[in-house]
Amino acid sequence: MIRFAIISASVVFGASLACAEGIAPQQVQFEDGAIAASLTGVAGDPVSGAELMNKGSGNCIACHAVTELEHLAFHGEIGPPLDGVADRWTEEELRGIVADAKQMFEGTMMPSFYKVSGFTRLGDDYTGDAHPGGEVTPLLTGQEIEDVVAYLMTLKEE
Amino acid sequence: MRRKDRMRNQVALGLAISALAFGASAEPDDDRLVVNGEIEMVTETAAPEHMEGVKTIYSGWRFRSDETQAFQIDDFDNPSMIWVETAQEVWETPEGAADKSCSSCHEGVESMAGIKAVYPKWSDAAGKVVTLEQQVNNCREERMEAEAWKYDGGDMTNMIALLASVSRGMPVNVAIDGPAQSTWEQGKDIYYTRFGQLEMSCANCHEDNYGNMIRADHLSQGQINGFPTYRLKNTKLNAVHARFKGCVRDTRAETFKPGSPEFVALELYVASRGNGLSVEGPSVRN
Repeated sequence: MIRFAIISASVVFGASLACAEGIAPQQVQFEDGAIAASLTGVAGDPVSGAELMNKGSGNCIACHAVTELEHLAFHGEIGPPLDGVADRWTEEELRGIVADAKQMFEGTMMPSFYKVSGFTRLGDDYTGDAHPGGEVTPLLTGQEIEDVVAYLMTLKEE
Repeated sequence: MRRKDRMRNQVALGLAISALAFGASAEPDDDRLVVNGEIEMVTETAAPEHMEGVKTIYSGWRFRSDETQAFQIDDFDNPSMIWVETAQEVWETPEGAADKSCSSCHEGVESMAGIKAVYPKWSDAAGKVVTLEQQVNNCREERMEAEAWKYDGGDMTNMIALLASVSRGMPVNVAIDGPAQSTWEQGKDIYYTRFGQLEMSCANCHEDNYGNMIRADHLSQGQINGFPTYRLKNTKLNAVHARFKGCVRDTRAETFKPGSPEFVALELYVASRGNGLSVEGPSVRN
């Protein structure tokens, strides 16, 4: 009973903390595939965004080539190269595409980085086991999305 | 519409840029595979009629580097052959309460030439589509009265490699109609289902993007005519269901189990996408 109380207290605390941090994945509003407002209210950090391009759950260059990151090995050819991407898309559109590209491009292979439901046979990370149930962690946090978007906004050619 | 055009232009521009900037090849190479100077392998042929999205099918060998390809050209260089030799001994060794070996019924393993090419196949006795692994275990339990092997364990994979080796050069030719059809349809459904948190299907990589690089991997068509496969990456023979499992796991999904009805169905479907390619197993890949 006491344990239950502690758990529920921490759940409530966790939930309010998530709210304080910004817009949860389930609450995101897309408009023509774009997300108008920052997910966190905290400006994205392009340096951290550049890191995420290369590793972690971002690993954007697995599929997209970026000339500016040419010092990193093995850029993919699955999606379009991102050179000059900020000339072609607005910040709001890039936020929408990184969060859930399927909203903009129906059927795209690109994973949805800020989505927590609607999966088929959701696993527990990369273990191959079933997800244990409960809260699903999105591939990137709201702030990480903002960081990636901030980095992408630096990729201008014009 | 405007947005779609913009994307299409971007993709076209993008392909041109990436070819220039990184010089990666987007196609399988033109190399010819002749094993031991005598087994001519068909590594490229017209896609079977049932395939809608692909015109030409290619063995995964064609997507590998010259260095990796070389390992498969001569059995002395193919690391798989150690385990094929092990299985050859097992073939002739009596085991189980019936004191029988494989060769007690089948004689020399050469008598099994052509078998690997047509599995998975419908079994009247089992009343379902069975894989070669299941057939081997059926023999072990029913005829030899020995214990079944682990579906994707070493003993089994070695034996499948031996059985594949005597079919090398023969065309894959699995039946997809008649009683096998519903299993084949189930496998096709699985092939096109986007699994896991990454929401990826087999088709996303191996139909829509073969030839392209995904990070350091040159995506092939995911053909399974070369299984079991020795991978330089893990330096062992890999069973086809173990490979399926790895792929599904990497989509952050709950996998199916080796030997499960789902993977049997998927194997039949994927094998049928390679109908016409040569049996290459045991092959070498990276």
